[in-house]
Amino acid sequence: MSLTREQMAQRVAQELQDGFYVNLGIGIPTLVANYVPKNMDVMLQSENGLLGMGEFPTEETIDADMINAGKQTVTTVKGASIFSSAESFAMIRGGHVDLTVLGAFEVDVNGNIASWMIPNKLIKGMGGAMDLVAGAENIIVTMTHASKDGESKLLSNCSLPLTGKGCIKKVLTDLAWLEIEEGAFVLKERAPGVSVEDIIAKTQGKLIVPDHVPEMTFVSL
Amino acid sequence: MAGFDKVVASYEDALIGLEDGMTILAGGFGLCGIPENLIAEIKRKGTKGLTVVSNNCGVDGFGLGILLEDRQIRKMVSSYVGENALFEKQLLNGELEVELTPQGTLAEKMRAGGAGIPAFYTATGVGTPVAEGKETKVFNGREYLLEEAIVGDFAIVKGWKADRYGNVIYRHTAQNFNPLAATAGKITVVEVEEIVEVGELDPAHIHTPGIYVDRVVLGTFEKRIEKRTVKAVY
Repeated sequence: MSLTREQMAQRVAQELQDGFYVNLGIGIPTLVANYVPKNMDVMLQSENGLLGMGEFPTEETIDADMINAGKQTVTTVKGASIFSSAESFAMIRGGHVDLTVLGAFEVDVNGNIASWMIPNKLIKGMGGAMDLVAGAENIIVTMTHASKDGESKLLSNCSLPLTGKGCIKKVLTDLAWLEIEEGAFVLKERAPGVSVEDIIAKTQGKLIVPDHVPEMTFVSL
Repeated sequence: MAGFDKVVASYEDALIGLEDGMTILAGGFGLCGIPENLIAEIKRKGTKGLTVVSNNCGVDGFGLGILLEDRQIRKMVSSYVGENALFEKQLLNGELEVELTPQGTLAEKMRAGGAGIPAFYTATGVGTPVAEGKETKVFNGREYLLEEAIVGDFAIVKGWKADRYGNVIYRHTAQNFNPLAATAGKITVVEVEEIVEVGELDPAHIHTPGIYVDRVVLGTFEKRIEKRTVKAVY
């Protein structure tokens, strides 16, 4: 069985460490916030200028001046700070964020990522994605392994215009956990019930399959 | 006006000197912290052929989106413009030009513009369409792009409180691009919710010192919410 969105978020959450400053992109990455282990302190960075993003407000506490990078109304946690967009991207570009999680259309064996532009379709813009991938040392890309038509998104060369070059080392798909090493995807873990053959069939870029590929494990919270 | 007193009496006075073809830097992220009344005044004034530098372009019927209705904007410099049907239409039929700029680069372009730095190197955008036509240089084995600063003929800014000298503080995440735009306008106009007497604001808490600010105007704000999210209460 391929992973659900929630399971993908849970798997990413296993990479969190106590004291991490984390930037979560829109979509599946946002869900990671729901799976921060109870005994762990993690501070969420939102690139519109907030470090220490909290949960959504109530109808009583909602405030138009308090939003996240997805333009949703949010709250702050204790110990949060608020600053300008330049300060926010100084944190990001200066490599101060410990973990960045974001979605993508394609990733390739050289760590290139395409996530913002499909030619001949409407281009909405890259937002902060190019800054995030260029600035972060520790990035996890979350995406489906293949398109609905079965086209692989793990490629030898990205076909779409890039968001960043040579900056991705870890990818979580609905089928597998992979790491990019020396021009190849290395299959580290597979989703429960998904065979290595399935993953090979849906990976277009060079894939290294170790002798033993463990199934992912999920601890109930 | 006397001495350092920056307060003007009306929105009309706040935008004296704004002319067709000028470049305007606008604060705001989505609809949060946008100078909504200054934008409405630009619409009323009918200034055309504008280049607007702003992270986003509002939505249909609110924020910078209203300046599209009478085709007042010639070019947008933004990081994300996906929330606006009229924008899409004008872009596709060639009435509007857009220069998509990574969000951090956009912020830094304004910061540099205000700080007298003509250009800066950044790793953001290397190997992407953003790099086309730009000079690159390798530092410590990594490639960087040369990005040029931006200054505006006008900066339009939304603050929370200002004193009469133009010292400004922002409220929560309505800060965003506002203090950056404020530094990089030849004429910087700040609209605020409250004007206080000089000395009331703690000098250590000022976000935008009055030296950057030319005009302060008092407004009332709708503060429309783009994505209203609340937690489920059981």
